[in-house]
Amino acid sequence: MSHVLVNSKHIIIGLIIFPSSLPSATPFAKSLFICPMSKKWKHAIVIGASGGIGEALVYELASQGISVALVARRKEELERVASEAAKRMSEGNSATRNPQPATRFPIFVHDVTHFSEVPVLFQEITKQLGGLDLIIYNSGIMPAVAKDEYNFEKDRSIIETNLLGAFAWLNEAAMRFQNAGCGTIVGISSIAGERGRRGMPAYITSKAALTTYLESLRNRLSQHGVSVVTIKPGVIDTPMSKDAPTKMWIYSAEDTAREIVQAARRGVTVKYVPWKWRIVSFVLHSLPSFIFRKLNF
Amino acid sequence: MAVLPIDHLEKIEGWGGAVSSFGYIYRPTTIEGLREVFQLARENNRHITFRGSGRSYGDGAIGAENIVLDTSRMNRILSWDPSTGIITMEPGVTIEQLWQYIIEDGWWPPVVPGTMYPTIGGCLGMNIHGKNNFKAGPIGDHVLSFDIMLPSGEIKTATPLSDPELFYSVISGFGMFGIFTSITMQMKKVHSGLLHVKAWTTKNLHELFEVYEKHIPGSDYLVGWVDCISSGPILGRSIVHQANYFKPGEDHNPAQTLRVSKQMLPDTILGIFPKSFVWMLLRPFTNNKGMKFINALRIFVSKLPIIGAVAYEQSHAEFAFLLDYVPGWKKSYGAGGLIQYQSFVPKENAETVFCKQIEMCQDAGMPPFLGVFKQHKPDKFLFTHAVDGFSLALDFKVTQKNKEELWKLCAKMNDVVLANGGRFYFAKDATLRPQDFKAFLGDDTMKKFAELKKKYDPDNILQTDLSRRLISNATS
Repeated sequence: MSHVLVNSKHIIIGLIIFPSSLPSATPFAKSLFICPMSKKWKHAIVIGASGGIGEALVYELASQGISVALVARRKEELERVASEAAKRMSEGNSATRNPQPATRFPIFVHDVTHFSEVPVLFQEITKQLGGLDLIIYNSGIMPAVAKDEYNFEKDRSIIETNLLGAFAWLNEAAMRFQNAGCGTIVGISSIAGERGRRGMPAYITSKAALTTYLESLRNRLSQHGVSVVTIKPGVIDTPMSKDAPTKMWIYSAEDTAREIVQAARRGVTVKYVPWKWRIVSFVLHSLPSFIFRKLNF
Repeated sequence: MAVLPIDHLEKIEGWGGAVSSFGYIYRPTTIEGLREVFQLARENNRHITFRGSGRSYGDGAIGAENIVLDTSRMNRILSWDPSTGIITMEPGVTIEQLWQYIIEDGWWPPVVPGTMYPTIGGCLGMNIHGKNNFKAGPIGDHVLSFDIMLPSGEIKTATPLSDPELFYSVISGFGMFGIFTSITMQMKKVHSGLLHVKAWTTKNLHELFEVYEKHIPGSDYLVGWVDCISSGPILGRSIVHQANYFKPGEDHNPAQTLRVSKQMLPDTILGIFPKSFVWMLLRPFTNNKGMKFINALRIFVSKLPIIGAVAYEQSHAEFAFLLDYVPGWKKSYGAGGLIQYQSFVPKENAETVFCKQIEMCQDAGMPPFLGVFKQHKPDKFLFTHAVDGFSLALDFKVTQKNKEELWKLCAKMNDVVLANGGRFYFAKDATLRPQDFKAFLGDDTMKKFAELKKKYDPDNILQTDLSRRLISNATS
């Protein structure tokens, strides 16, 4: 009994005073005590980095001195973004010690629906970066869908890009981070996934499923010291949203990227961008189905 | 290209805990196992970092995203001759294993670091020194021969005469050319398990140099603890410890004192308080005010009659392994860990440089919490850190807040050291810049390094975070 008491005391005192340095503390206990603000990122991957929110995220991370691997299909666009990121890193952050920032933004041409390529590519990227602290899955498509259109091929491509691609990439990251006992996963979902509206059933489904997948990852990984952050943007001023049915509270990609990075640093679980969409979400969820189905959007 | 199994991925820290990276760790037990790891690295286009016990303070035994080849399971003593004191062992044998294996036959490792946990392979890679460097030289001076596996899988044997180029570059070569597979060394004959120890307290740094000058000729070991927080006329006040071997016949019962059980460090303080808790008590003191108090207390106690005895007998292990007295003491520095900054300065400039270093640290508001002073002599090894002079090792607490300023402070101290012909030590380093590395080694050594790398590791497979920080940038 006394043996148990001594050990308990040891652990309790240790956890209160020295949570992060006590080797015997469990990852779960550590995750309770370590201040989320202490996240110090050096290496990140942005999937879907060739434009829109992804491009803005690369610039935001670069301005904070973080090396970023850029993944997307369009090589020319990736080169343009990488070059601009290197420029911003040189201009911006004084903490940058590397004299050649261009080498800190490697680009990888990849179609996220080529799932079998991901394990090898993921390891190659982490090797080239020299580590990984943060991964952001931003790939997504939102093709226009007519009110009476039911096109399986289109739906499948949406699910493959928005959802299965996320599984392929974030599963790899989850395995690594779980083993490492740290790391941050960010998934760009959408306010669109809150309820099953009339428009774009497959897109809405993909985002709803992504939100659930991210929540599930969070519940698996938080005990291992890994943060999983779900981002729910509203209408963001990017090429993807040019045909969006509404432009309500339209928000710039730069502001969105800044809020995403801030939220991820703080270890926020779900972040609406801008915050006003949280109220809309609450209202949407409160509406009974017989009323919701009468809404024309 | 295959994928490396994720379950081999581990966060690997420098011993000080201030630097870390993730690597795929492999722990072979045989020479065949080593070959397989080299093959795996080639197949996966990965670099390899060698690691023993991971006792290098900085990034000398970590490699981001590399295969980290941990030799700690290659820890067999291959042969031991108690009549000659010649021992052959695998690279993962620790200093602890070594001294415990030989001491009851009346032998002691000729050179040991301040802790007994490093491996012999790691000690040779960094060519470590002890408190007797001024007399015994570095550990490499006591190696008779070694076998090394090159990244190609070829095994080569080297002695100082048969292949001096390989011998004097692999020892001190911080794991850049190949991995030891066996090491043969000459041990030091001792006639007692005890040492004669004497202590002196000095008023300041100048007096420390005077004590050294006076006592070096009659010392087998000499080491100074320096209070780096005191300033003004007592700047650098210190306690110097000298230890000398017993002469033959002086110990009437050497079989008793040479027993391993007589050498062991006690588990408790004053027979009551468990040492494993001491780091927790120290933690509230690991700040400028706390350490000022601890240092003043230490000086005060050293002057007390009886407790602060100036002459006594102590076992080899008790004198040699001061860093092992408080288990886990580095945890008292907190989550940010610590770095040790050690510079080696020729004797004519040493006092000025060390005085300036301490003042710079104090002016920056980051006085070192520990200072250790030693005397050295030059050696023939290619990447030697030793000079005909002195070294001062300074421990700094690292926090998120002070890290950038601390690295800047070290860079400024580097400039002072280099301007005075000084050198640095890879086993400790975490902060050197490529230009410092180039400057202290000189163009000839840099050129020689490039030649040897081309010869023994042409594909540049062997890399550490330290080598990337210093060499990749220095040569690009």
